[in-house]
Amino acid sequence: MAVELYADFFREIYDSTGWNFPFLYEQYEYDRFLEGMWVSLKLIVASLAFSLVVGIIGAWAQGAESKFVRYLIAGYIQFFRNTPPFVQILFFYFVLGNLVPSYDAGGYQVGYIDSFGWAVISLGFFAGAFNTEIFRSGIEAVPESTVEAAEALGYTRFQSYLHVVFPLAFRVCLPALNNNLVNLLKTTTLAYGIAVPEMMYTANQMWSDNVNVPEMMIVLFIFYVGLVAILVYGMHKWEQNLKIPGYG
Amino acid sequence: MIFDHGGVMIDIAENIGDYRLETNSRTLDSRRSVVKRTKLGWLTIIQTLGEEFSMKSNMTAVIAGVAAVLVFGVATTMANQAFAGNDRFMKVLERGKLVVGVKADYKPWGFRDSDGKIIGMEIDMAQDVADAMGVSLELVPVQSSNRMQFLQQGKIDLMIATMSDKLNRRKVVGIPTPNYYTSGTNVLAKKGVVSSWADLKGKPVCGKQGAFYNKQVSQRYGATIIAFVGNSEAKQALRDGKCVAWVYDDSSIMADLASGQYDDYEMPMMTEDDNPWALAVPLDELNSIWGNFMSGMIVNWHASGRLIELEKKWGIQSTQFVIDMNKRFAPYAAN
Repeated sequence: MAVELYADFFREIYDSTGWNFPFLYEQYEYDRFLEGMWVSLKLIVASLAFSLVVGIIGAWAQGAESKFVRYLIAGYIQFFRNTPPFVQILFFYFVLGNLVPSYDAGGYQVGYIDSFGWAVISLGFFAGAFNTEIFRSGIEAVPESTVEAAEALGYTRFQSYLHVVFPLAFRVCLPALNNNLVNLLKTTTLAYGIAVPEMMYTANQMWSDNVNVPEMMIVLFIFYVGLVAILVYGMHKWEQNLKIPGYG
Repeated sequence: MIFDHGGVMIDIAENIGDYRLETNSRTLDSRRSVVKRTKLGWLTIIQTLGEEFSMKSNMTAVIAGVAAVLVFGVATTMANQAFAGNDRFMKVLERGKLVVGVKADYKPWGFRDSDGKIIGMEIDMAQDVADAMGVSLELVPVQSSNRMQFLQQGKIDLMIATMSDKLNRRKVVGIPTPNYYTSGTNVLAKKGVVSSWADLKGKPVCGKQGAFYNKQVSQRYGATIIAFVGNSEAKQALRDGKCVAWVYDDSSIMADLASGQYDDYEMPMMTEDDNPWALAVPLDELNSIWGNFMSGMIVNWHASGRLIELEKKWGIQSTQFVIDMNKRFAPYAAN
């Protein structure tokens, strides 16, 4: 496969310099590495998307008329902002994971939500709490008169939120949101704690087997610097495209 | 043999004393001369003694005396270099107590009973050593992280604490050959779920991140390894049924089985990748009486089947290594 093309080159580098990148010359490690990258990408996209959905719904519910809903959202934000994300992941997987129905697959139980699913859910809720507050800051920046104008035109609360308030608020809070999403991207490494075979987990396995900690650390840094750069670049482009002349 | 060696040295020392007493009583002159010249050192004394005694034709005694003094001198010098350690053996005999570093949290090798007393297989071994020396036994609980330091700092005379024999450890502590035990890779699984390594193919197996056998089990048997940060998480995942088995060191698995919390579980595989265990003496004692004495103890444990007996006593599944060693040494013990 692909690894054979440059295997000799990297094996020679290892022999002559001691720099060991086993995933570039060994099929088993190569497969493992690719799998790790793929799982990481899926995890990042899924939890980013989930956290955005949670944030949008949360910010809307914060302004709900029902007191119960508002207290519920406040409680959710306090809980997820004030506890460590690693503890949340472990809690979701080991505690809530056992409450979800599962079926026997020959000596072991397969839950309807696997470790990847729990990682997306807990990371999404964690970043979603921050996103809720970020969106709230944007919503509060929308002038009262604009909302009143929408009401005067016959918009319901939901319609004005969807068509008037949110589009304006979104522009205001994009920089803060950008920041939080970068944070979430990096926090996905915590999923290694519940054995989601993402990049951090893979690197950890690789340096345990090959005793090449410095090399794998560097690879990890390059991987995440690259991903964050892509995300930030995309968000900046988006920010520019959404810009309304004369507003914000 | 070892006792003889120590005995010879004591004999020599006593002989010198006797000889000096004898000389002193023989002539007043020579006694004066000895007293007068003590400050000049042994050589002068020997010369003086030789001069004074040559006239009395007691040459044999003189030569014996000179030889004894020379041997004693050489022995002392060597004790300061290579045999620095003979001190340890003598010290244990002198104080009548052997201090052994053992585990106190690793059932069934070394753990505390309900009274807080440390018991276990390795404690029985320590007792054997104390019995062979005719001294009492004092146990000092050690951790994996500090056990070698305890030995280096002289806080313990001997360490029997489930330690793996590693090349870099041999540079820090004295490891007498042969090894007394081995442990290797095995799995803990619910009773009746798996019976051989091949059964793991394509199934999730829990493990600990960083363990070298994760890769081996996944490569050799096609198991899907789910590795957690720590063993407690991995074992929790096993209890939750998230995997068919937990792969780890067989000695640790046996410890879990012995704890009584895993009564529905078993260790069904043949242990793989055996890793030898070593007891240790201080490094500079390895080639002296103490290290050689412990080598003898280990060989005799193997030869007499004592280790097999102890495994049975503590409910440990018998280890192939111990059986093999017994087969190898038992015929000699029978003679």
